[in-house]
Amino acid sequence: MLGIDDPWVVTAFLGAIAMAVTGLAYGLIRRNVAPDELTQEDRLWALDEKKVDDEL
Amino acid sequence: MAGSPAVGWIDIVVILAYLFVTGYLGWLGYRGTRSAADFLVGGRSAHPIVMAVSYGATFISTAAIVGFGGVAGLFGMSLLWLTVLNIGVGILIAFIFLGEPTRRLGHHLGAHTFPELLGLRYQSRGIQIFAGTLIVLFMPLYSAAVMTGGSVFAATQFGIDFDVALLIFALITAAYVIPGGIKAVMYTDTMQGFVMVFAMLFLLVFTYWTLGGVTEAHRALTDMADLVPGPLAAMGHQGWTAMPAFGWGAQSYDLWWTVITALVLGVGIGVLAQPQLIVRFMTVRSRRELDRAVPIGAVFILLMVGTPFVVGSLSNVWFAQHGPLLEGRVAEVIDAQKGRALVTLMKEDSSGRWQPIISPKTQAPAQAALIISERRAAADADGEAFELVAGRSATVVYTKGDADQIIPSYIAAAMPRWFGVLFFLALLAAAMSTISSQFHTIGTAAGRDLYERIAEKGGRREPSILVMRLAVLVGLVLAVTISYTVRQEYVVARFTAIFFGLCAASFLPAYIGGLFSRRVTRAGALASMVVGMTVSLFWLVFIKAREAGAIGLVQRLTDGKTSLLSAYPNWPSVDPIVVALPAAALTLILVSAVTRPPDEAHLRRCFPERRP
Repeated sequence: MLGIDDPWVVTAFLGAIAMAVTGLAYGLIRRNVAPDELTQEDRLWALDEKKVDDEL
Repeated sequence: MAGSPAVGWIDIVVILAYLFVTGYLGWLGYRGTRSAADFLVGGRSAHPIVMAVSYGATFISTAAIVGFGGVAGLFGMSLLWLTVLNIGVGILIAFIFLGEPTRRLGHHLGAHTFPELLGLRYQSRGIQIFAGTLIVLFMPLYSAAVMTGGSVFAATQFGIDFDVALLIFALITAAYVIPGGIKAVMYTDTMQGFVMVFAMLFLLVFTYWTLGGVTEAHRALTDMADLVPGPLAAMGHQGWTAMPAFGWGAQSYDLWWTVITALVLGVGIGVLAQPQLIVRFMTVRSRRELDRAVPIGAVFILLMVGTPFVVGSLSNVWFAQHGPLLEGRVAEVIDAQKGRALVTLMKEDSSGRWQPIISPKTQAPAQAALIISERRAAADADGEAFELVAGRSATVVYTKGDADQIIPSYIAAAMPRWFGVLFFLALLAAAMSTISSQFHTIGTAAGRDLYERIAEKGGRREPSILVMRLAVLVGLVLAVTISYTVRQEYVVARFTAIFFGLCAASFLPAYIGGLFSRRVTRAGALASMVVGMTVSLFWLVFIKAREAGAIGLVQRLTDGKTSLLSAYPNWPSVDPIVVALPAAALTLILVSAVTRPPDEAHLRRCFPERRP
């Protein structure tokens, strides 16, 4: 298949593409499903992170 | 193989223009709000493309493109299993299952580095210091792999010495990293990501087009199985579109254990425990942002690792069809009908007679399997007439067995000159986006995780910025020194695999346990990390022949053997991860089972969303 005789290598070749397609499908299905809220804790964490980044 | 003509002024202008644009974007990033943390502070979210490509650009480096692409040129398409794991584990499992718990835990505990995340989760200064030390000591090995990959390409593409290329690469890295490139400016990473995408797409399409299409190219590669060099065939190489021979107890299975355990599992699983990638999850705004990044990340990684693995393998077809002619005398006919033979390679001396080429490795006449296209009469060194044959061979013959040279040699020989410059920019982009996060991780590990934690016990807590900068500088010097000193077979891929495997064995059980289990204890986590690291290092120094042989300690102890298990076939090819990771996981479970569980108040702080 596809000029490759070894089924394990064909599986890897197609499997890599299948993984990417799975990722695409997942992103499409889950696009707006999960919550998207920014808590005060998240913001405080980001302020601290920014401080370290800026100092460095 | 000789490189292209020396670097021209157009090449220099294009490279400088690219560096200028990168620097300008970085500068804009400082003035505005362009880092991941800036987005969070501003209450906004980065575009999923920006987040995913930035993550991918950090993940993928010259190590994957030049190092592993070259290994695919040597060992073949079996390496595509690593692409499957890179996407399946590095994107799908990492983003879908680990991303959100990591983000939440990090924010609940106020952790900003990976060692700090582990230290706060297990309420252990020792764990934080241990993890920080491991990163500071071994991350430069991975940085060296990235630098070597870029330098090998620059040396081949522009026809300069490796040492000069490494010096230039180190200077560019220093110019990028030291004044502040280590800040994760997402737009810079993203621009670099897009350069990489374009280069990879063009490389893939051009290669298949040149070789007559997908099936045609694969078929031609399949038909080259009888050209596999003898030493590789003896290890179990069965052709570039076939898996290596699988089994246990004979040298002819060594390649399978090398490819699958060291390259595929070591790197494929090791990505989950990469400190510089794990901290990226904490800079994400929400689960939704993670979900949206999955498709872009998956396609990005497919292109970034799938392309060099396929192109590296197919470079063998290109060289067999279009490579420079090699000449010599037939030593053994492989397939008379197809005109294939094992040929003793020869060169013509000034008197017009033909002398064998002596291999610097074996000090014996060099031989290679050729597809013969020309035959004529010639005279050897003794003046005796013989039939001189000329033909082409697999890439590895042209690169004299050096896998790291395969991708650079293919691009220099097969691709248009302008693409070589563009590909160099893509490699520079891949290297810089990875190196910036590596040195950020080294700097914060040295400053926050080591200096601050150690100083804390002494009653002082001085600002650690100077320590961070010093660590970055020392790490850079160390990485350049390693790149300069160690030049062995597929060293880029091996250094990467060593670091990924070491991280997986040392960190993965404690990291996963810390995210999902309330029962894992501080003692269990620390014991698991110590066991994972110790077993990995023991295996590298005493068992795994390639690394142990290079380190040399085992030879002194055993009168020249390269492994304590050299009498037991295949064991010296097995990667440490196969032994160290299960040992570390088992230690985590057993020690946690017999030690006191963490206190309930701390667990409520770690997992406020869960009911006890």
